[in-house]
Amino acid sequence: MAELSQSDAVLRTFRTQSHFTLSADRGWIQRFQLALTDVRDGIRLWRLSWTLGLSDIKLRYRGSALGPFWLTLSTAIMIASMGILYSYLFHVKTHDYLPYITVSIVFWNYLNTLITDGCNCFIQADSLIRGTRMPFTVHALRSVVRNTIVLAHNLIVIVGVFLIMRLPVSWEALWAVPALMLWLVDAYALSLFLGAFCARFRDVPQIVMALLQVVFFITPIMWYAKVLESHPKADLLIRFNPFYYMLDIVRAPLLGRPMPVDVVLKALIVSIVIFAIAAFGFARTRGRIAYWV
Amino acid sequence: MTHLTAFNISVDFPLYHSENRSLKKTILSKSASRFGRDRNSRPVVQALRDISFTLRSGDRLGLIGANGSGKTTLLRALSGIYQPTNGSLSMEGRLTSLLDPGQGMNMDLTGRENIRLRGYFLGLPRPEIDRLEADVEDFSELAQFLDLPVRNYSSGMVVRLAFAMATAFPPEMLLMDEWILAGDASFMEKAKARIESMVRHADVLILASHSAAILAEWCNRLIWLDQGRIRQDGAPMVVLEDYLPPYQFEELVKGLDIPKLA
Repeated sequence: MAELSQSDAVLRTFRTQSHFTLSADRGWIQRFQLALTDVRDGIRLWRLSWTLGLSDIKLRYRGSALGPFWLTLSTAIMIASMGILYSYLFHVKTHDYLPYITVSIVFWNYLNTLITDGCNCFIQADSLIRGTRMPFTVHALRSVVRNTIVLAHNLIVIVGVFLIMRLPVSWEALWAVPALMLWLVDAYALSLFLGAFCARFRDVPQIVMALLQVVFFITPIMWYAKVLESHPKADLLIRFNPFYYMLDIVRAPLLGRPMPVDVVLKALIVSIVIFAIAAFGFARTRGRIAYWV
Repeated sequence: MTHLTAFNISVDFPLYHSENRSLKKTILSKSASRFGRDRNSRPVVQALRDISFTLRSGDRLGLIGANGSGKTTLLRALSGIYQPTNGSLSMEGRLTSLLDPGQGMNMDLTGRENIRLRGYFLGLPRPEIDRLEADVEDFSELAQFLDLPVRNYSSGMVVRLAFAMATAFPPEMLLMDEWILAGDASFMEKAKARIESMVRHADVLILASHSAAILAEWCNRLIWLDQGRIRQDGAPMVVLEDYLPPYQFEELVKGLDIPKLA
């Protein structure tokens, strides 16, 4: 008897969501309504995105002895070799440079894969998209979840470097937490837009990858921003580089540097631009993604 | 109650990635009528044209037609996967579609992990997911195979798993493509029994198939799709008489009569 009443309750919850209408494109009001519904339903299914993202990582390392800790190890090896080599090349103290490059590389890799995976979030999920009606936002969230799990493994390297170098950590470092929250929301929005755009134009993922390579070199990741302060023209590389602001709101608090208000403001402006593009882009393309993948 | 209404649904497929122009030309010359251009004069395939029908509780609709006549596209449009280029769709009732055997499954995960994934997709609470798992385990009879990656399954086993997952919580509307026929005879009996009990509870079934026998047996209404349009809509035997070559229809009637006589 108890079992019966339970299944009735389940059926009722299904019934409340069972009404469904879909018509041909009717302009922007309908587009935004559908996009909002998609975001809402996708967030309601967060456990699905979480499980999909987690299983992506599990499957990648299924059968290997270290498992996902290969991520930690390969990052550690790369940072150790780069930290020592470049501190010699740049004539800076390894003691200062190693923590800098550790934090920079770990978060740059996170940002880089958030964007490149975001490009492929719908293309990769083509069989899911064509198989069932599922909120498209699930796939964007899956990509964010997957990369955040990778980041969690790489954070171990940062903690390790800080412990080995006996670096002081102040409460100020906690400012990195809201900054990372901003990253998560930005990455989610960007994946929705880039994922749809890349599903339509298959050259875009390659272009994005090539551009990110360039960004890696022109953004202060391996080198210090203050190097360019005396070059007014080269300084533009930093002043008009959205990646610099996004990176610095996370990096500065972790490295115990003060965070200038203008950096935060500019990071917020970048985020607002991303939201605006993503909102219009996703609303416009949502109905066509299933045709494109 | 449960109903599904398709109103003037048209679906155009954009031809973005058709680099092979010679292939395109060959197709164009064969069935020029279905290749058109949309408002922005981009090339499209008119996969569906002005499809309208209404289904109510107890309707079991069969879709029949040649390869490429739009059966699967119609099922996808009815599932809400493709937003129609024209027209609208409205329904009341929980819909489950079985379009691809491996749909919504991750081939690298085990059967059991896929069942849990399905539970999350349905937004079920944990105890319900356990019930789903038990039900699928019981119905699919896959036993220890459930703990192997789906990649290692035979196609028939994938069908068992997919069907069991889709019907564990009886959907009010079930859309199926013809691959369900990949099951063996004993499984087909089970599947049919389950669908019949579903339909007894006054629900809707839409089945696309090439098998006239299956359609005649399972459905009480048939739509014949031809070049993306409805060519005929009516009782199964009436439509099949026009659709099938005469000798095949005679064989079908004979085949259906034998169990009735026995």
